[in-house]
Amino acid sequence: MRGATHAGRVACAVAVALTATACGGGGGNSGSGDAGAVLSASWGDPQNPLEPANTNEVQGGKVLDMIFRGLKRYDPETGEAQDMLAESIETTDSQNFTVTVKDGWTFSNGEKVTAKSFVDAWNYGASLKNNQRNAYFFGYIEGYDKTHPEEGGQSADTLSGLKVTGDLTFTVKLTQKFSTFPDTLGYAAFAPLPRAFFDDHDAWVAKPVGNGPYAVDTYAKGSQMSLRKWDDYPGDDKARNGGVDLKVYTDNNTAYTDLLAANLDLVDDVPASQLKNVKSDLGDRYLNTPAGIIQTLAFPYYDENWNRTGSEKVRKGLSMAINRKQITETLFMKTRTPATDWTSPVLGEDGGFQEGLCGDACEYDPAGAKKLIQEGGGLPGGKVTLTYNADTGSHKDWVDAVCNSINNALGNERACAGNPVGTFADFRNQITQQKMSGPFRAGWQMDYPLIQNFLQPLYYTDASSNDGKWSNKNFDEFVDRANQETDTAKAVGLFQQAEGVVRDNMAAIPLWYQNGSAGWSERLSDVKLNPFSVPVYDQIKVS
Amino acid sequence: MGRYVVRRLLQMIPVFVGATLLIFLMVNVMGDPIAGLCGERRCDPATAAQLEKEFGLDKPVWQQYLTYMGNVFTGDFGTAFNGQEVTELMATAFPVTIRLTVIAILFEIVVGIALGVVTGLRRGRPVDTGVLLLTLVVISVPTFVTGLLLQLLLGVKWGWIRPSVSSEAPFDELILPGLVLASVSLAYVTRLTRTSIAENRRSDYVRTAVAKGLPRHRVITRHLLRTSLIPVVTFIGADIGFLMGGAIVTERIFNIHGVGYQIYQGILRQNTQTVVGFVTVLVLVFLVANLVVDLLYAVLDPRIRYA
Amino acid sequence: MPEQHFDPDRAIAGTGMGGTMDLGVDEAESLEKAPGGPEGTGPQGRPRSLWSDAWRDLRRNPVFVVSALVILFLVVISLWPSLITSGSPLTCDLAKAQEGSQPGHPFGFNGQGCDVYTRTVYGARTSVAVGVLATLGVAVLGSVLGALAGFFGGVGDSVLSRITDVFFAIPVVLGGLVLLSVITSNTVWPVIGFIVLLGWPQLSRIARGSVITAKQNDYVQAARALGASPSRLMLRHIAPNAIAPVIVVATIALGTYISLEATLSYLGVGLKPPSVSWGIDISAASPYIRNAPHALLWPSGALAVTVLAFIMLGDAVRDALDPKLR
Repeated sequence: MRGATHAGRVACAVAVALTATACGGGGGNSGSGDAGAVLSASWGDPQNPLEPANTNEVQGGKVLDMIFRGLKRYDPETGEAQDMLAESIETTDSQNFTVTVKDGWTFSNGEKVTAKSFVDAWNYGASLKNNQRNAYFFGYIEGYDKTHPEEGGQSADTLSGLKVTGDLTFTVKLTQKFSTFPDTLGYAAFAPLPRAFFDDHDAWVAKPVGNGPYAVDTYAKGSQMSLRKWDDYPGDDKARNGGVDLKVYTDNNTAYTDLLAANLDLVDDVPASQLKNVKSDLGDRYLNTPAGIIQTLAFPYYDENWNRTGSEKVRKGLSMAINRKQITETLFMKTRTPATDWTSPVLGEDGGFQEGLCGDACEYDPAGAKKLIQEGGGLPGGKVTLTYNADTGSHKDWVDAVCNSINNALGNERACAGNPVGTFADFRNQITQQKMSGPFRAGWQMDYPLIQNFLQPLYYTDASSNDGKWSNKNFDEFVDRANQETDTAKAVGLFQQAEGVVRDNMAAIPLWYQNGSAGWSERLSDVKLNPFSVPVYDQIKVS
Repeated sequence: MGRYVVRRLLQMIPVFVGATLLIFLMVNVMGDPIAGLCGERRCDPATAAQLEKEFGLDKPVWQQYLTYMGNVFTGDFGTAFNGQEVTELMATAFPVTIRLTVIAILFEIVVGIALGVVTGLRRGRPVDTGVLLLTLVVISVPTFVTGLLLQLLLGVKWGWIRPSVSSEAPFDELILPGLVLASVSLAYVTRLTRTSIAENRRSDYVRTAVAKGLPRHRVITRHLLRTSLIPVVTFIGADIGFLMGGAIVTERIFNIHGVGYQIYQGILRQNTQTVVGFVTVLVLVFLVANLVVDLLYAVLDPRIRYA
Repeated sequence: MPEQHFDPDRAIAGTGMGGTMDLGVDEAESLEKAPGGPEGTGPQGRPRSLWSDAWRDLRRNPVFVVSALVILFLVVISLWPSLITSGSPLTCDLAKAQEGSQPGHPFGFNGQGCDVYTRTVYGARTSVAVGVLATLGVAVLGSVLGALAGFFGGVGDSVLSRITDVFFAIPVVLGGLVLLSVITSNTVWPVIGFIVLLGWPQLSRIARGSVITAKQNDYVQAARALGASPSRLMLRHIAPNAIAPVIVVATIALGTYISLEATLSYLGVGLKPPSVSWGIDISAASPYIRNAPHALLWPSGALAVTVLAFIMLGDAVRDALDPKLR
């Protein structure tokens, strides 16, 4: 039986190649696509249970994006936060918000989406006893210190800052002014949850129920999730295909190979080693588009060598010794773009992206690099090691290339060497225990498309992802002022000033902006990636 | 015979305890698994503490081990970090890996022994040298190279097979991965059989059999092969454990969601429950396979008696 | 006679191609099958030693001569790589990444734009060192422990056998990730130590089995009856007859150890840059097999030739040491 379907698929692929007629999916009309046809897409095993406030990586995020719709939704193309379930979010002081939920929305099990659906979900996410990895997203809401204290037991189960004031309205009180708070509400952690989630939690986790354009049909953990179009979905972004089968792959190279053999319709992470072949393998069935991801090299500021006067010159020197253009073109085939600031182009100029902010310090200049490093007192101990984790993301290639570039610029073959760490968990352990002695890999994928998200979690004193423990009063001050600013443009301006502090100190070396990439089979059309590098499944047409 | 089996079974107990303890300690030495759970950021201390409590990581290691072993004896292998029961993971992973192992073992037995007999009987001839070179090349090329190459050629370039295995993992899709998995062992088996055959050919019982005027194929299959198989059987017996747990590279290349993949995932995520659980079962498989092999000796060589 | 009943671990002697295998525990059968002895006696009646016999055979064996020459060559370039290359393995220019063969760079460039020829030559040192030293370590540790256990038997033997069982059950990847990730040293020693630690049980079993078999032979019993000391028994009578399987398995293992180093590098816990080894290069080149097969081919080829040479050498030595195959 399996053999038969397989042979059928191959035959189909051949037929498509020869005659360019539509194939598969029960004889659909080739032009506009068959609304009932199902596509298969590559997937990775989510690390944590699929609860909205517990999912902090892309693979689980893909599913949440299909089965949930929150108050806001980031436009798949521009990344702009737009009202989805929110009728309105009003505030006069940037600290107290009144949210009105649109009428007429239901979950796919028929339950109505009400103000309570949101408040219950957020309370659940913020409550310490539920172990939600993303709990800190609720940290600005009043009462978080009670439901999720730093130490000791929690003294409250619900956030005092959340109040249901009507069937479809609720109020949010923050502990401080946070003007862009409404724009963060598109993040999956803020999704509403049906009563079914609380009543029979195990059953819900085994087969999640949400309010998005797709509903989970079957879920075999670790191997496959079948999602089907939810016909009664009330939103405008109804699915244009019959459903998606997400298949877990052990390796993205294998997924790509399966795409070539017509066993798979969509791969959303083309492995770097195959980029050179993409044109000949897929022709124009390939997409390479900017995503909100930046790769940097962070430094251990708890180590004296990197925290003395003059060390910023060494960091700038190292930055200038990296030939970003060559590495992104040769190794990544332009699926990454040399970084010239510390945010991402997906923010847009209005959102705070400043092309060229880094200036000369991000331009390849071997002579200047050598000179600056000497002025700064030389590399500590005469050499640096770049630490990275070897288990995911094929970092070895670019780390070696960066080191070779530094070595060539400094004219010393042993100035820089990569230092692989076997597992991601061990890598994170070494970081949290402050064991780094030189620069280390730091990648940042935005949670929501705001300049705040690229700066505050990474460089604010003691922030959650400030792995190098960098601390600067001026920076903190600008961020504080920006968060209190009610005018968005002014807030962005203040964040940019904060970013200027990062630049002057070269707190981290920006390497490149990472693009999302996807390849697909002949059956698909209208494949797009959103700024989070997740495919916009609902818009894909299957013929 | 009965006494022998009982004695062997009793000896398994210390080995089992030792192996599980060692693995438990090793996974623990790798450090705090919580750090990897929060992505590219530090887990907030409260959540981290709560998670540690939930997984029992806040207790001393010896206590964790005792609790764990106590649970194992009641059939509870704990829960993976993604909330899935380890027994559930096993129920999906082991059938796949067992199918893969069966195919690999079949390759070893059929192809390995056949080549071994042919080369053993034609020692020093061109056939022998050819097979020798081939097996040596197989031994010296890492599995991930062989696997990627065959996948690319057979799966994509020529389109003879599916390059990856679907989640149901039926037998026919596992043939190529099975061959890749078996390749190194295949080389060993060929060489073991070859030398064993070459040596036993000169033994008295074979000479006697030939002198009696028995047909050649009967001498080979009934007399020569039977005793020559002992070292081969020993090797294959020990290999079962390796094949099942050591298929990490092969399973990753061919997208097989089996035991090796689960163990590797468990190691990467430092998921003690998964790793220790799977390896515990593998240790059992390994011990039982050894026992079965030892009992097989008596079948192959009538001179062997168990006391 | 504690060895009267069958002990299955002895059968592992067979893993060593059964040079002196004797599973029949039946006394009469053993007597008939007893190897060694007569053939080893020279025409003049003066017994020639097994070793001198073996050496005479080896010198005339072309397989031995060729493989020994290859190994000699490998050792020489490991010690003085600059004899046959002028470049440095760390000189890399990304602009030349994946380029093929060209004048001055016969093997082309790898994905980082390093010269494949130079890296293959320089990689020999690490890879041969890992292979040879790990094999030596495994052989010495494994055969000494195994031989002692087999010779003296008793509780020590049982304990050792059970310890080997435990070690056999540990997945290599787990061991590698755990043990090697805690070590930050940038030399080959941790990798060698790791391989020895995980490899010795295999050889110890083989050595134990073949010592048990050899010690039951008549000439050993006779020597013992004549009052030979245990050390003399062990070294003069048992060791020469028990060593063949150890040699064969060790030489095959040598190749797998070099491959294992490649796998460890692939997992990020093997040798770290700026070390140069075939393993590092093979694992780095394998994803690019479609675009730059040459970067994979040459280090793999070098590895294959090395393994081949050692296995052929081991094969020849074993044949020479085994009187029955003469």
